[in-house]
Amino acid sequence: MGASLVRTEQLTAMNEGFRNVWTISKRELGGYFNSPVAYVFIVIFLLLTGFFTFSLGFYHERGQASLAEPFFSWHPWLYLFLVPSVGMRLWAEERRSGTLELLLTMPIAPWQAIVGKFLASWLFLAIALALTFPVVLTTAYLGDPDNGAIISGYVGSLLLAGAYLGVTELMSAITRNQIIAFIISVVVCFLLLLCGWEPVTQFLVNHVPEGLVSLVKGMSTWHHFGTFQKGLIDLRDVVYFGSVIGFSLFTTSVVLRGVRGA
Amino acid sequence: MGRVADEVTRQWLDLSLLTSTATIGSLNFFLNAGAICCLLARSQFERKGQLAVEGRVGVPEHLSRGPVLRVEWLKRQSDMITVENLVKEFGTKRAVNGVSFEVKPGEVLGFLGPNGAGKSTTMRIITGFMPATSGRVTVGGHDIVDSPLAAKRLMGYLPESAPSYSDMTVHGFLNWAAEMRGLSGSARQDAIRRVTGLCFLENVLHQSVDTLSKGYRHRTCLAQALIHDPEILILDEPTDGLDPNQKFEVRQLIRRMGEKKIIIFSTHILEEVEACCTRAIIIDRGVVVANGTPAQLKAKSELAGSVTVRVHGVGVEAVRTKLAQLGVAGKVSAQAEGNTVSARVQPRERGQGADLASAVADVVAKEGWRFDELHTEEGRLDDVFRAITKPDTAKAAA
Repeated sequence: MGASLVRTEQLTAMNEGFRNVWTISKRELGGYFNSPVAYVFIVIFLLLTGFFTFSLGFYHERGQASLAEPFFSWHPWLYLFLVPSVGMRLWAEERRSGTLELLLTMPIAPWQAIVGKFLASWLFLAIALALTFPVVLTTAYLGDPDNGAIISGYVGSLLLAGAYLGVTELMSAITRNQIIAFIISVVVCFLLLLCGWEPVTQFLVNHVPEGLVSLVKGMSTWHHFGTFQKGLIDLRDVVYFGSVIGFSLFTTSVVLRGVRGA
Repeated sequence: MGRVADEVTRQWLDLSLLTSTATIGSLNFFLNAGAICCLLARSQFERKGQLAVEGRVGVPEHLSRGPVLRVEWLKRQSDMITVENLVKEFGTKRAVNGVSFEVKPGEVLGFLGPNGAGKSTTMRIITGFMPATSGRVTVGGHDIVDSPLAAKRLMGYLPESAPSYSDMTVHGFLNWAAEMRGLSGSARQDAIRRVTGLCFLENVLHQSVDTLSKGYRHRTCLAQALIHDPEILILDEPTDGLDPNQKFEVRQLIRRMGEKKIIIFSTHILEEVEACCTRAIIIDRGVVVANGTPAQLKAKSELAGSVTVRVHGVGVEAVRTKLAQLGVAGKVSAQAEGNTVSARVQPRERGQGADLASAVADVVAKEGWRFDELHTEEGRLDDVFRAITKPDTAKAAA
């Protein structure tokens, strides 16, 4: 009886936690769709993915029913600008308008607000990503693609967006200026991407010890996203993206504590 | 006590209340309910924060039926807000320097002070927005640092700039606030209806916040603070930016709600303190420099207790000498304006106001002076305020 008592109480607390996260998420999502920004973003995202896939990706010239090269390989570069533009307002706007004071005096734990905001933006990006489905349909119509590779590509793409978003949320907490948050996020995400990009690793191989090269490469979103593109969902890569997200969100909570202290 | 009983019957009527025995300081309810229901009830009460709940699942001796919940409500210190030795440093600057006070239910505490005195900082610490550098704050018995959620549940807070999410409608914003406070379903709708009425927001309920005037935005944020009908209200300049009619309404509201709740509000409008506070604290450069009822504070004024009399057709010197001869009189000043003389007599010792007035009246009657004014000064809050706080310009020089 005693054990079940404790369990029920924990469940109630957990439910309340999830409810708070959802309340925050709902408001954020509403914030996106109440303004034209969301629709503009989605249109730009779809136009760009279409353009990259069908023009720059040499989709037709390849003569292969595969999305890895022409479609997914552009995502790290596209997200570099699009994800920070989605996430830059998350905390910067709260700080600028003073609503941070309102939010953090509500009876919720700060992590619930941090996770809620993250999930809302992530869901928004997921919606945008899901709307690229015509590309998949086209490929399926033209040939016989490897569905597993497409699924793993989408999973990887979503995780990649999540990692960039985590970084952006952190940068957004650092400043009250959205533009600054955007710029720093782009730079940090670019560095994360660059340190595994082949020209850079090639350069590193000639100058630093091999152990260091693989360490740097292991830190890169490029490297880990590559596996998904090949059609593999490797636990190590999932853990990598998960830890980037986890680390970013945790650091966000530390930054927010600092913001309130000063 | 009645409040708790209402709460129990409102929420748990369907569980068939078996007996309720009210004893002094505690209230026992025996609910005939399943074990799960008892647990739910318990968490519900604990969420109210102010109830100390003894949830016991068991069969009491005098009852033969199922599991029982006993709710004990203890009226204790835990109803109060206590602030002990609060210190807050920003870098090398001390914004709050050892502030201590207590507020009990039924008190409306006015927080006065020049700009930058540390009023907002203190409120931000009480509401749990900022951690203090040192010192302790308990709200309803909950330490704001150790159990912030329980403390925050009890409070409604109107921050200084009255922020709200500008991309939402008023209704959407209040709905969000209610949801954050754990209200759902019809309780949420009722709460929204109640606060829109209280804050006169009916006309703008479906307008977007960024299209509203400053007064409406302010009231929207105030409505948010009231949405869960909190036991404690912390209002940072609640009448700032309102027109005189709205100011009046908000003061009325504060006074009405202050009968049962704890209200702390900051202001630099002195008449507001007189209009709705039961107690006022004056804070200057992070230090409490005065703490008392508005009447007590006014009594500290230089003028407090002095008697003013205006007479006709008598020489200034004659008035001055006659009044100065009184045993209870201290300093006497008199000046002539045409045919009339105004004299002010200060009491020799503080608190002799009543004696002084009758003594002056006797003199006036005995001498047969014609007079058209004779009154005792209550003292003026702004004099006190000026005397014990120093202006900003002095701060720059120091």
